[in-house]
Amino acid sequence: MRGALATLLALGLLGAAAASEADPAAETLRVFAAASLAEPFQALVKSWTGPPLQLQLGASSALVVQIQEGAPADVIATADQPTMQRLVDAALVETPQRFATNRLVIAVEKGNPKHVAKLADLARADLVVVLAAPEVPAGRYARQLLDAARVTVAPRSLEENVKAVANKVALGEADAGIVYASDAQALADRVEAVEVPEAATVEVTYWIAPLRAAKAPAAARDFVALLLSRTGRDALAKAGFGPP
Amino acid sequence: MTRAGPRGDRGLPPWWIAVPAIVALALLGLPIAGLLARASWVRLAADLASPEVVAALRLSVVCSLAATALALALGLPLAWILARGRLPGLRWLRALATLPMVLPPVVGGVALLFAFGRRGLVGRWLATSFGVTLPFSAGAVVLAETFVALPFLVGAAEAGFRQVDRRYEEAAATLGAGPLRTLIGVTLPLALPSLGAGAALGWARALGEFGATITFAGNLPGVTQTLPLAVYVALETRPEAAIALSLLLLAISVAVLAVLRDRWLAP
Repeated sequence: MRGALATLLALGLLGAAAASEADPAAETLRVFAAASLAEPFQALVKSWTGPPLQLQLGASSALVVQIQEGAPADVIATADQPTMQRLVDAALVETPQRFATNRLVIAVEKGNPKHVAKLADLARADLVVVLAAPEVPAGRYARQLLDAARVTVAPRSLEENVKAVANKVALGEADAGIVYASDAQALADRVEAVEVPEAATVEVTYWIAPLRAAKAPAAARDFVALLLSRTGRDALAKAGFGPP
Repeated sequence: MTRAGPRGDRGLPPWWIAVPAIVALALLGLPIAGLLARASWVRLAADLASPEVVAALRLSVVCSLAATALALALGLPLAWILARGRLPGLRWLRALATLPMVLPPVVGGVALLFAFGRRGLVGRWLATSFGVTLPFSAGAVVLAETFVALPFLVGAAEAGFRQVDRRYEEAAATLGAGPLRTLIGVTLPLALPSLGAGAALGWARALGEFGATITFAGNLPGVTQTLPLAVYVALETRPEAAIALSLLLLAISVAVLAVLRDRWLAP
């Protein structure tokens, strides 16, 4: 009984330790990245020759909060500048670099069955429209776009990240959503992008910075260099991102 | 010479029990302490009085109560069948009724979409025949919450029905009471403590529901944004509001525990 209890306890502690801190000798590079960067970053991981790379994807704003609360990260890539600025202001990151751009599109189901042609169509009452929450970059950009075009939309849901918006369209639950061109491309088998001219007024920029408290500072710099290299540019372009 | 009694008599457990128990208490207590330490008590009232919070609270209360009512209406008959039924394969039904307890809520939400979404098995038919689409509606919140609350209710009610001494029911039947009258007059009152505990646990689970709700019902303030969703969204830009909301949920949880204390906290 006593032995069993001690074994259980030891197992539990080992598990917790293994889960939180991998073998310190073999360092891990922890990359926190905006959800919309999933495809190019996953592609980049294949050309990565440094230490094991752990990719954490989520809304930029959610990642920034996690880092502010002490989550161990070596590199952070955000889908806008203001979100990155919060880390700059808190002196948590080195100087961020702009590495890509993106543009907003309307994601509709493949074949565009509801005939969505322009931004003003999103105000139609027969459309189920979802947007990203205003707290996350994609939601902020979408609001900026709709304001610039003077279109009032009654979204049925404010999703927690841009991938969730694209997926609601892909699942057929929403008729339209404002996402990045790269998100629509990633789901090209089920989703179609409707280009809107007003999107030129909203500059979507991606920023990357190594963390000052990085546990793997050298690898963090290497990763930023890889992203800014030809390989990185190609991976981003292939996924539908624009040059910085 | 008489031997000293076991150490347990003095209420002092051996160290190999005490140490893990203290760690367990720390694991349970520290997150709550952290929440309390970070709360800005001065701003708490203002944070809680914001229209968003009031809307989320209202929606949470209404939807979780509706979900509990629905879970009672559907779960009690199911629990009765599980407790009294003579059907073959009853244990498979019981496993099905327990599934949402172990299923990750997000998976539950996706599954609900595939069943009740616009393109879902049943949802497609609901949409074409009745023009009803559940996703992004408060109805979807209630459905998601009922889905996760049912196992708690069914489990507790089944145990309650099993504990009822059948002789009372037989006596009622001998005295001429029909099955319905026996159920209402004898079985339900005898099983009431279990039913109450099940309903309270189910309600608490419904109130805290996050994953299935955000996946199946979406997130729109005033329509589908319940308290847990509001906490999650607020955490990204207004952590102090998220903390205030968390304290509110914590207070509600403590209240539920207080109501349940006889059953769960008494030795």
